Amino acid sequence: MTELHLALLLRGPAHGYEVKQAYDRWFPDAKPLAFGQVYATLGRLVRDGLAEVVETRSEGGPERTVYAVTDEGRERLRAWLAEPAPPAVAGTEDVVRKTVVALRTSAPGRAARAVALDQRTAHLRRMRELQARDPAADDVATRLAHRYAVLHLDADLRWLDEAVEALDSPTPEEPR
Amino acid sequence: MTAAPPIPDPSLELRAVAHSYARTPALRGVSLTLHPGEVVAVTGPSGCGKSTLLHAAAGLLTPQAGSVTLLGRDLARLDETERAVLRRREVGIVLQYGQLVPDLPLRDNVALPLLLDGGDLAAARTAAHDALARVGLADAAGAVPQEVSGGQAQRAAVARALLTSPRVLLADEPVASLDATGGRQVLDLLLDVARRDGGAVLLVTHDNTAAALADREVRLRDGAVEHEAVLR
Repeated sequence: MTELHLALLLRGPAHGYEVKQAYDRWFPDAKPLAFGQVYATLGRLVRDGLAEVVETRSEGGPERTVYAVTDEGRERLRAWLAEPAPPAVAGTEDVVRKTVVALRTSAPGRAARAVALDQRTAHLRRMRELQARDPAADDVATRLAHRYAVLHLDADLRWLDEAVEALDSPTPEEPR
Repeated sequence: MTAAPPIPDPSLELRAVAHSYARTPALRGVSLTLHPGEVVAVTGPSGCGKSTLLHAAAGLLTPQAGSVTLLGRDLARLDETERAVLRRREVGIVLQYGQLVPDLPLRDNVALPLLLDGGDLAAARTAAHDALARVGLADAAGAVPQEVSGGQAQRAAVARALLTSPRVLLADEPVASLDATGGRQVLDLLLDVARRDGGAVLLVTHDNTAAALADREVRLRDGAVEHEAVLR
């Protein structure tokens, strides 16, 4: 989140609300950024010398602090972009945990199958919501962020399909 | 007190439909109801009976047990010609590979339902041209299927299925041979039958992004309904 806030400030000095709005535009399918988190992160950036307060605006409403990225902040962002993100560690998602726990703790087949099928439905509903937005109007970055969300859901769904099918085949007992 | 609006008659109703190929059961007592304006996705692993269900719904296959009522007509009571006429006039069918006639230009492929129904050639071609224009293929009207891409051929098949403004659309893996963008274009055209025109759409698919566009999912396993869920 630190680096994302730096990236959002790279567009020009902004107050917390503008940073939040830009984030929500950049990642329309992600959970909207909470104000508390924005202000806490901006405070940390200033403390660490990655951003600075450049003015306080009032504009007829409550006073707003405007932040700008520092040279150190730009350097931090450059270094972050240069480093590939570590591939996600599989097995830590709840969808995997629940299905595996259902498989290992319930009577063979039925309960685990119900868990996987209900999860499929929840995923399909989310997929439906994601697809309701017309991506044609989006710029390329927004479209790609959206596509990432769709493809990840689809990967989960394919895994759930495999899980449901695998539940048909008897497997050896787990070693104790 | 206002009376609740009447529930419209189902566009398609399968009751306890069962069918076997040789001794292998493909459907074991499947019941399914599809209402006007509704999109239902039929999903499930390969060999679960999805395509057999669609063929039974279209009257292309007579199940050994159970009944299929399509637009109020019990298909078992219609002869082959009556079923063909019902399909041609009221039902659109889209299969995975379009099933276009290889030697005919797209224009005439699309015009076929009207021509087979004794329609005037010029009028049928005009209607076909309009239908091709709606799916973005006006410029390819004179091409034969092998001169166009798989996506274009599939869109032509959709144009043909939509030519008669069907009240029921039956689609079997309509986007399996297409990329994501082409697939979405085809799906949007098919879904318009329900969303815009109030028809009923039965979408057989193993593609989760396609299934997620439906109002309801019916999942088959070994020829029976295993799971049913409302998605909207």
